[in-house]
Amino acid sequence: MDIRIALAGNPNSGKTTLFNKLTGSNQFVGNWPGVTVEKKEGKLIVDKEVVLTDLPGIYSLSPYTLEEVVARNYLIEERPNAILNIVDGTNLERNLYLTTQLVELGIPVVIAINMMDVVRKNGDKINIQELSRQLGCKIVEISALKGTGVKEAAAAAVEAAQNGKTIPQHTFSGPVEHALAHIEEAAVHGLPEEQQRWYAIKVFERDDKVLEQLKISKETLDHIEKDIQAAEKELDDDAESIITNERYLYIAEILKSSYKKHKAGQLSTSDKIDKVVTNRWLGLPIFALVMALVYWIAMVGVGASATDWANDGLFGDGYHLFGIGTSAYEEEAEAYGDAMNAISAFYELDTEAENFDADAALAELKTVTGEGTATVTVEDEETLATEDMTVYFDKVPEDAGDDVIGMSFQDAVAYVEEKGFEEPDPAEYGVWVPGVPALVDKLLCDEEGEPRVADWLYGLIQDGIVAGVGAVLGFVPQMLVLFLMLAFLEACGYMARIAFVLDRIFRRFGLSGKSFIPMLIGTGCGIPGVMASRTIENERDRRMTIMTTTFIPCGAKVPFIAMIAGAIFGGSPLVSVSAYFIGMAAIVISGIMLKKTRMFAGDPAPFVMELPAYHWPTLGNVLRSMWERGWSFIKKAGTIILLSTIAVWFLSRFGVVDGAFRMLEEDEIGMSLLGRVGSAIAWIFAPLGWGEWRAVVASVTGLVAKENIVGTMGVLYGGGEGTVYQALANAFTGITGYSFLVFNLLCAPCFAAIGAIKREMNSRKWTWFAIGYQCLFAYAVALMINQFGGLFTGNMNVIGLIAALIVLCGMVYMLFFRKYQEATKLEKTVKI
Amino acid sequence: MKTLRDVTVGNTVKVVQLRGEGAVKRRIMDMGITRGTEVFVRKLAPLGDPIEVNVRGYELSLRKADAEMIEVE
Repeated sequence: MDIRIALAGNPNSGKTTLFNKLTGSNQFVGNWPGVTVEKKEGKLIVDKEVVLTDLPGIYSLSPYTLEEVVARNYLIEERPNAILNIVDGTNLERNLYLTTQLVELGIPVVIAINMMDVVRKNGDKINIQELSRQLGCKIVEISALKGTGVKEAAAAAVEAAQNGKTIPQHTFSGPVEHALAHIEEAAVHGLPEEQQRWYAIKVFERDDKVLEQLKISKETLDHIEKDIQAAEKELDDDAESIITNERYLYIAEILKSSYKKHKAGQLSTSDKIDKVVTNRWLGLPIFALVMALVYWIAMVGVGASATDWANDGLFGDGYHLFGIGTSAYEEEAEAYGDAMNAISAFYELDTEAENFDADAALAELKTVTGEGTATVTVEDEETLATEDMTVYFDKVPEDAGDDVIGMSFQDAVAYVEEKGFEEPDPAEYGVWVPGVPALVDKLLCDEEGEPRVADWLYGLIQDGIVAGVGAVLGFVPQMLVLFLMLAFLEACGYMARIAFVLDRIFRRFGLSGKSFIPMLIGTGCGIPGVMASRTIENERDRRMTIMTTTFIPCGAKVPFIAMIAGAIFGGSPLVSVSAYFIGMAAIVISGIMLKKTRMFAGDPAPFVMELPAYHWPTLGNVLRSMWERGWSFIKKAGTIILLSTIAVWFLSRFGVVDGAFRMLEEDEIGMSLLGRVGSAIAWIFAPLGWGEWRAVVASVTGLVAKENIVGTMGVLYGGGEGTVYQALANAFTGITGYSFLVFNLLCAPCFAAIGAIKREMNSRKWTWFAIGYQCLFAYAVALMINQFGGLFTGNMNVIGLIAALIVLCGMVYMLFFRKYQEATKLEKTVKI
Repeated sequence: MKTLRDVTVGNTVKVVQLRGEGAVKRRIMDMGITRGTEVFVRKLAPLGDPIEVNVRGYELSLRKADAEMIEVE
């Protein structure tokens, strides 16, 4: 049979480093069942028969925090063959507190005292033999960072697992031991002998989780209660505190004889750094600087080019290797665009007509006469905004403004005479690497570019599968960049300081100071934003952050916001500013309301947090943490993203036309199954002011990727008289347009972000709760905007108004009148 | 009775008693703030709350509201 060893220790004790050193790449990373706490297992490098389980970093085995309950349930229920307890040698007192609890479990314990190199450098002395005797277990000196003693620690743990035994050496004071003896006799004598002491102490502490498990009869309980109360009276404290107190007293006692500190009271390097970094006056500016740097690298500097490369290059047409040829191509493409615009101002040119003849067109162009200027309407590809630009016939003046095309008509004719009417092909510049869709095309199509397979299969592969895989992988490079920085901030110790600096603001909304990073990142992209919530240690704060991060408008929503602003609000910049304010307000309001709900009220979240010493992280650990998070996104979120993308592709590209079910062209989305679904459910959105199938369909395609909303609306509202913007202005009023905008900002995010939410929540129930809440909240806010807006503009609807008033009252009640009570015990039960 | 909340930055005090019950009290004690422990108040966060203290040789942060539960002398 395999040997199972549990690795236990305080946070920041070097546990992860040791785990990585012991298991190398033989790791499996997942979650503990039903909770958002990460679980890691691995096989020892030196002995593949031994499975090492990395328990959450904990300070104690209390029943109050999720991590501690997870760890102790694993230890009690799975009963590993041995515990390897890593102890930070530079902070023995607090670290050994956990040790005193571990040795009582009746499982062999081996202690690995870490950071021995630092201890020696400081000139401190630890008497290992003496300490080992006092604690009743074998001790190995290690330095996980340098890798010294690590093999010996593993060997000692394996040895202990096979034939070791740990008997707790310390005794509590007389009255406590008296009560414990009674408890052992009355309540736990049926249990295996080596487990009795641990259970007896827990019963003495009135640990609700253990009492629930043991199911002690009422009479016995009453009997025991008398003993506990007697001890409490004699020692003038409650049972739990007595035990905690005496453990620390005991540790102080044994350290007296086995530990000598060389010099006390001097400021360490870490203290000096912290004096500056969390300084009363410099703390906030330094924090702003660090955040600006993180944002810039993750979202602008490195991240944006990584995402563009992955989405438009690798999963788009293709890319120039190392950017060779990109600028040459872009120059050429711009010149071509200017030339085409300049020509169309004076001459109607259709290069896509079937009977297009380049020579004839050129000859005709040369005969065009004109003078002065003409105007041409140019459409922005991203937002579909149109702008009138001036074109000069013979020569562009030197002092031409921004609204003038950079090439005159005559220059444009000369341009096409030299280079032809063909659009420049990026593949002809520099080193061109075709993207995945282009490569798949090569497989699926013949020389003429016609698919060799049925149209539907081609569509399924390209627009369904390849696009779906692209949606999964497209965000990974940017995510890796972000995770690299987060891992660095966590490992060096600054992440804890972020919580320290921001706690005062964020705790009001039921969030942690560490929630700031996910939200900041969320302004760029919600997917890494949601994934960044992993750094928050408290589960309640983590879940709250996961649920609210995507309220912040991400980069993909920007073109959509610009479209609504341009089409309906005359391009007012206030619209996009208000979108960010609404996002922030949604987080604050949701935070305050949700923390009072039953879903969130169950977990106590004391903010009593260690501020670990600053230290330089190791590259290996940082890279590994980055990779683990990126990979877990691909694995856990990939399926849902892929399937949803395929489903929406199918719904939007198939439909019944003239009584026959067939595949549709891209601009026939109006006849698709999705269009039918949109018509069928449009009434739901009527109270929001836009109960119209086109708006509904656009919102659904936004689930694949939010920037799709613009494209879909272009197809559905375009094609008639006038531009898309004019059609939108006719279809929406200011109020219904704003309601539509707000709904799409706040409702369920894109599938990729939903996948990330599912990965982080690690629970079907919580994922649905999050998505459901977001949609409901979006609906409520949009309803209020439309109904109250209608009241002021004279479009009052009595029923709608009453509904909006009810929603408003509900929110006001939740925000201001409902009382909030911090839980004092952990309600959740954890099944290992 | 004076509590940890009232201690000005830069002072060292001794814990007399812990008030309250449940999760927060246990957490504070688990982190090493028990009867008789010496606590050095190192600093206030830039926004005035929480506080940072040094206890048993390491740095710990806790909110003022929780510091109120710790009676000191």
